[in-house]
Amino acid sequence: MTNTLLKGFPIKEGERTETISKRRERRYAAEKRFKILGILSILVAISTLFLLIGNMINKGFSAFKQTYLELSISLPENKFPNEKQISPNVISELNFKSFLKRALLKKFPEIKSRRDKRLLYKLISSGATFDLQDAVFENPKLLGKTITTLAIASDDVDQYIKGNITANNQGRITIKQSKWIDKLVDDGVINQKFNLKFFTNGDSREPELAGILGATIGSLLTMLVALALAFPLGVAAAIYLEEFAPKNRWTDLVEVNISNLAAVPSIVFGLLGLAVFLGFFGMHRSAPLVGGVVLALMTLPTVIIASRAALGSVPPSIREAATGIGASPMQVVLHHVLPLAIPGILTGTIIGAARALGETAPLLMIGMVAFIVDIPQGINDSATALPVQIFLWADSPERAFVEKTAAATLVLLTVLIIMNLGAVLLRKKFERRW
Amino acid sequence: MVATKNDNQIKMSARKVCVSYSGKQALFNVDLDILHQSVTALIGPSGCGKSTFLRCLNRMNDYIEGCIFHGSVRIDGKDIYDPKLDVVELRARIGMVFQKPNPFPKSIYDNIAYGPQIHGLAKDKSELEEIVHTSLEKAGLLKEVKDRLQEPGTGLSGGQQQRLCIARAIAVSPEVILMDEPCSALDPIATAHVEELIDELRDNFTIVIVTHNMQQAARVSQNTAFFHLGNLVEYGATETIFTSPQDERTQGYITGRFG
Repeated sequence: MTNTLLKGFPIKEGERTETISKRRERRYAAEKRFKILGILSILVAISTLFLLIGNMINKGFSAFKQTYLELSISLPENKFPNEKQISPNVISELNFKSFLKRALLKKFPEIKSRRDKRLLYKLISSGATFDLQDAVFENPKLLGKTITTLAIASDDVDQYIKGNITANNQGRITIKQSKWIDKLVDDGVINQKFNLKFFTNGDSREPELAGILGATIGSLLTMLVALALAFPLGVAAAIYLEEFAPKNRWTDLVEVNISNLAAVPSIVFGLLGLAVFLGFFGMHRSAPLVGGVVLALMTLPTVIIASRAALGSVPPSIREAATGIGASPMQVVLHHVLPLAIPGILTGTIIGAARALGETAPLLMIGMVAFIVDIPQGINDSATALPVQIFLWADSPERAFVEKTAAATLVLLTVLIIMNLGAVLLRKKFERRW
Repeated sequence: MVATKNDNQIKMSARKVCVSYSGKQALFNVDLDILHQSVTALIGPSGCGKSTFLRCLNRMNDYIEGCIFHGSVRIDGKDIYDPKLDVVELRARIGMVFQKPNPFPKSIYDNIAYGPQIHGLAKDKSELEEIVHTSLEKAGLLKEVKDRLQEPGTGLSGGQQQRLCIARAIAVSPEVILMDEPCSALDPIATAHVEELIDELRDNFTIVIVTHNMQQAARVSQNTAFFHLGNLVEYGATETIFTSPQDERTQGYITGRFG
């Protein structure tokens, strides 16, 4: 049987099916290879991510626990029966440090030499004194009573307990100290507790007292300033460029430059901030206001590009429909195009903000890298930001800052994940079909 | 050719309309009169300029990059390309229905209420409600949707969506309604619905309809204009055009020899 369909084609009757099926096998094999390559690349990406996060958790998780000494302290009688007389000054005249020392010494009656005593006192952090003082000031009725208090241990004890350092006579923990610590552990005096201070304190030279609240508030204020500037400016610029601007050489030039700005290294924006905002305008050094302005400049191109893409993806039929019943160009944009583009704009903005939140380099240039203990109260206070805090801690020599660095990184990553999740959810929620 | 009619019946008149897109001319000296409260069909093969002409009638071409217009279009004797004329007001007088149903992604109610709201045609809520109901009724959609006015307009079927768009155009009570192939995306039943509607709307509105479907033009229109390669070839009563066309090209097109 000859197939008339094949007349005029170079292929012969019998070979047709065979040729096609041979080709088909090769096609399927190529498809399979492509799939495997795809899966492999995803696996590599995921395992790198897990390696990073796993490493951070492994190193940083112990920072969420802090070592305390449970000491019973007999406080002196209240010499001021009138509560109004009790002021921080009066309270701080009491020598809380000696109360703690005495309580600790009670556990080791055999220690007599001053040198050993000094070694023993080193087990308690200087922060313990302030904790006790604050507790008494808050509740003066404690005076005259014997109370059990949790005295925060020094970072060396903490690290020794966590197994990060070993005792040796040249090191941070001597053999003698390690024996005392072991005894205190056996007696149940040394315990670990959730490290609330990490979330409620500002930075400190003492690792056991250092926390991320200052840096977090600093980051938050910086982001607020950055978003308050970048969002309205970016959206307005995008609306103008996408909807109203004539398409000519000038707008092309503007467009190219916006794309260019998005690729400018962030340190350059820091230099700009240093020269213009600090140098020329004389704004406050290290302040979230300046940081926010610099990050806003950095985020602006991202917001403009994302917003333009979102505006451009609104179908022209909606514009025509609105124009057709007599909406003015501005009504078309504000009533129809913008509401439809908002999810895309928000997603772009959140992604831009997440990038700005993790930015360190420009903040270094404008002085947000300073050692700041106080929690910033406003956008003009000196502050630092989370990524800069991580940078600062990573630079510190104390062993205890290693876990702090990792823990702060975990917090930053968590915030970033939450922001990105928010972006995805927002897009899902407002996504509309037309 | 010049297609002129008795003056008092004329709603819109186009004279020497030339349009070019980025240097490429799409319309050549089109003269055409559109009669009051009648349906005028614009037919012709793809790319003949009939949609371009339609869009000239309410200046929808203004927003197209590189589009240049010459000539004049008058409505009730007033030039709509007069620089002093307000385009927004013009579009309130000349509504438009598009090829693809394009309801706003809002509720059915909001879709229709939007036009009256931006033009301030309703003094209060009850008036607005009245406009919405009347418009839906005139568009023959009220029965189907009166219980679900708050549901999204995009949830309706294609034919219903197109009638919603017609209702939306009616809601600003325009004098002229332009329809750009309103049935090309609809199935035959929905098409029949819309055609019936067009026939009814003729009592109150002047309608200009672009269509690819010659039977449709024959069914709904009183006057038909045949465009070819940017020229108005023939214009006259629909019956005449379809039964005894003067021009060879018109005959060729309506008998299906080309197009």
